Amino acid sequence: MNSKPHAAIIGGGFTGCALALDLQMRGFQVKLFERGEICAGTSGRTHGLLHSGGRYCVDDVEAGRECIQENRILRKIARQCIEFNGGLFIALNDSDVSYGDRFTKGAEECGIETEELTAGQAITLEPNLNPALLKAYTVPDGSFDPLRLALSFAATARRYGAEFYSYCEVTHLSRTNSGRISGLEFLNRHENQLHEIRADVVINATGAWAGNIAAMVNVTVPVRPTPGVMVAYDQRLVQRVINRLCIPDDGDILVPQRRMVLIGTTSFDHDDVDYIPVYHEQIKLMHERAAELVPAVKNAHPRGAWMSARPLIASQGDTRSLTRTFRCFDHEEQGAPGLITITGGKATTCRLMAEKTADLVCQKLGVPANCQTHDLELDSYRQYYARAGN
Amino acid sequence: MNKENWHVTFDVFRQKTCQSVHFDAFPMDVDPDEYVLDVIERIWAFNDRSLTFRHACHHSTCGACGMRVNGVEKLTCITPINQVTHDGGKVRVEPLRNFPILSDLVVDMGEFYLRLDDAKFAQVVTLDAACLPFEKKQQVRENGDFERLVDCLECGMCISACPVALTTSEYLGPAILAAAHQTYQQTNDPEMISLADKQDGVWRCHSAYECTAVCPSNVDPGWRIMDLRKIVLRSQIHKFFSR
Repeated sequence: MNSKPHAAIIGGGFTGCALALDLQMRGFQVKLFERGEICAGTSGRTHGLLHSGGRYCVDDVEAGRECIQENRILRKIARQCIEFNGGLFIALNDSDVSYGDRFTKGAEECGIETEELTAGQAITLEPNLNPALLKAYTVPDGSFDPLRLALSFAATARRYGAEFYSYCEVTHLSRTNSGRISGLEFLNRHENQLHEIRADVVINATGAWAGNIAAMVNVTVPVRPTPGVMVAYDQRLVQRVINRLCIPDDGDILVPQRRMVLIGTTSFDHDDVDYIPVYHEQIKLMHERAAELVPAVKNAHPRGAWMSARPLIASQGDTRSLTRTFRCFDHEEQGAPGLITITGGKATTCRLMAEKTADLVCQKLGVPANCQTHDLELDSYRQYYARAGN
Repeated sequence: MNKENWHVTFDVFRQKTCQSVHFDAFPMDVDPDEYVLDVIERIWAFNDRSLTFRHACHHSTCGACGMRVNGVEKLTCITPINQVTHDGGKVRVEPLRNFPILSDLVVDMGEFYLRLDDAKFAQVVTLDAACLPFEKKQQVRENGDFERLVDCLECGMCISACPVALTTSEYLGPAILAAAHQTYQQTNDPEMISLADKQDGVWRCHSAYECTAVCPSNVDPGWRIMDLRKIVLRSQIHKFFSR
C-alpha cells in the first residue's frame, strides 16, 4: 500500500522538473503533466544564460542575490550541461561608465564577485569586443543547454520514483464537494484519450500560462506574460557572456553557446502566449545591438530567431521594471484549497523556486521534510529515458 | 514583413497510438524567411490542437525538432521556408525514420539517448576538444582552456538518414559511433574500441556519408566512423605484436 501524499505538477519546464525532484525526495509521490515535450514552452526558449546576478544587482537586489546563490549551486549539480567561462559587463559610453559605480555597489551588496578591467585588459581577454569600450567588469556568468538542464532534474526525479506524463494536457481540475482541489483530468495527446488522477495537492508550474490553469477553477494569478526576441548567429565570436554595463535594456546580453552567439532580448506585452510572432523590426534591433557589443556580428549569419514569453509577476508600469524574482500563490484564500501556483523567476533560480514551493506544499500538508537538492549532483539527463523500474 | 507572403500547403504526417497513418493538408500563408518549425507551431496553435511535435530551444542547441521535410532530414527551427519550397508549393513533413513513432511527428528517442550514455559522451568539453581536429586552433586562456557544449545536438537526424540503420535497429548508427570516437579522442578509453569493434559497430557502415550530409552541426559522423575504424585496426595490430 502506498501511503505517500500525492502531488500533481502541471508544467514540464525548469520549475516543474526541479519541483518534481524536490517533492519526490521529500516523500511525495509525484506525477508531472506536460502538454508537449519537456521544455517546449518558455524554458526551452531561454537565452541559456546562467546569471551571475549582475544584470539585476542595481535595481532588483532580491533577484540578484537569488541568481548568484543558485549560479553557484547549479555549477556544482548540473555541470554536465553548463559552459562556465565567466562574463563581462562592458561600458561603451560615459553613461555606462557612471552606471559602473552603482553596479559595483549592487554587486557587492548581492555578493557577486567582480573585478574591474581596463579597456586594454578586456580586449586581451575577448579580442572581438567593440574596440571603443571604456572599461569592463568580470562576473561569474555562464551558459547552459536548456532542454538538458530540465531533463537532468527530470532524470533524477524519475530515479527517485516521480512519474512524467509528457504530451498530456490537463483539461480539468476536479474538486471534492467541499471545494478542495482533489485531482485532475488530462488528455493523452499521443492516443487522444482522457484520463483522470487524484492528488492531495496540485501545483500549477505553467509559468506564462499560469493564468489559464488558474482560470479552470475561477481563481487568478497576477502573471504578466512578457515576450522577448532572441537571435542566434553562426559564429562563436566570444567565449564569455558579454553584458552591456547599463540599466537592463533591449539587446543588452550576448551569450556564447556551442558554435554560436545569441543576442537578446526585447520586452513587450502579449496576451496569447501559445504563438508569438517573431517581428522583423525586433530582429533588426537585435542585430544592431549585438554589433555594438561585438562588431564582428555584422559578418556573421543569423542562424535562428525566436520568441520566448517570460512569466513576470504583474504590477503596473513598464515591463523592464518588473521584478525577476518569483512568487508562490496559495489559492486557498481565493476558494481553491489544494491548488498552489509558482511563477515568475529565472531559469537560473529554478531549483530555489522548487525549494520554496515544496516548503509551502509541505507546510500545507503537514509533511515535516526538508529540501535536499542543494548538493545533489544531478543524474545524466539521458537517464530521463531509462526504462521504468530500472 | 519585408516581402509578400507565400501560399504554401503543409502535408503533415498523422498517426495516433494504434491508428492508421494519413496526411493532413494545411494551406498556410507564410513569410518565406520564417522557419518551418514556426509554421508547424502555428498549425498547432490555430488549425489543429491535436498535432504533436517535438521542439524546445528554437535555435539549434537542443536537437529536439529534427523532422523529414520533403524527404530530407532538417532541423526545422533553423530551416527557412524558402530553402524547402516556393510560392504555391508544398512542404511534406514526416517524423524521423528508424525511431519508433509515438504520435504524429513525435518519435521515441529513449533507446538512442541511452546508447549515447553507453558511449560515455560528454556534452561539455574543452573548447579545443569540441572542435574538429582539422579546424584552426582556437583561443585558449592563461589558466587553461575554455569550456564549450559539443557540436552534436543528439537530434537523431543522422540515424534517420542512414541506409544501414533502416535495415537493422541493432546497428549502433552514426551518432553513437561518432560519440564513441569523441570519447576515445578525449580519454583513450578502451571500452570505446570494444563498443565499436562489432558487426553492428563501425564495420556495418557502408560509408554512404548520408549522416554527414544531413548533420546540422559540423559533427561529420562519416569521417569519425572511418577514423574510428583506423583506431580499432591500430589497436588490433598493436595487440597482435605485443602478444
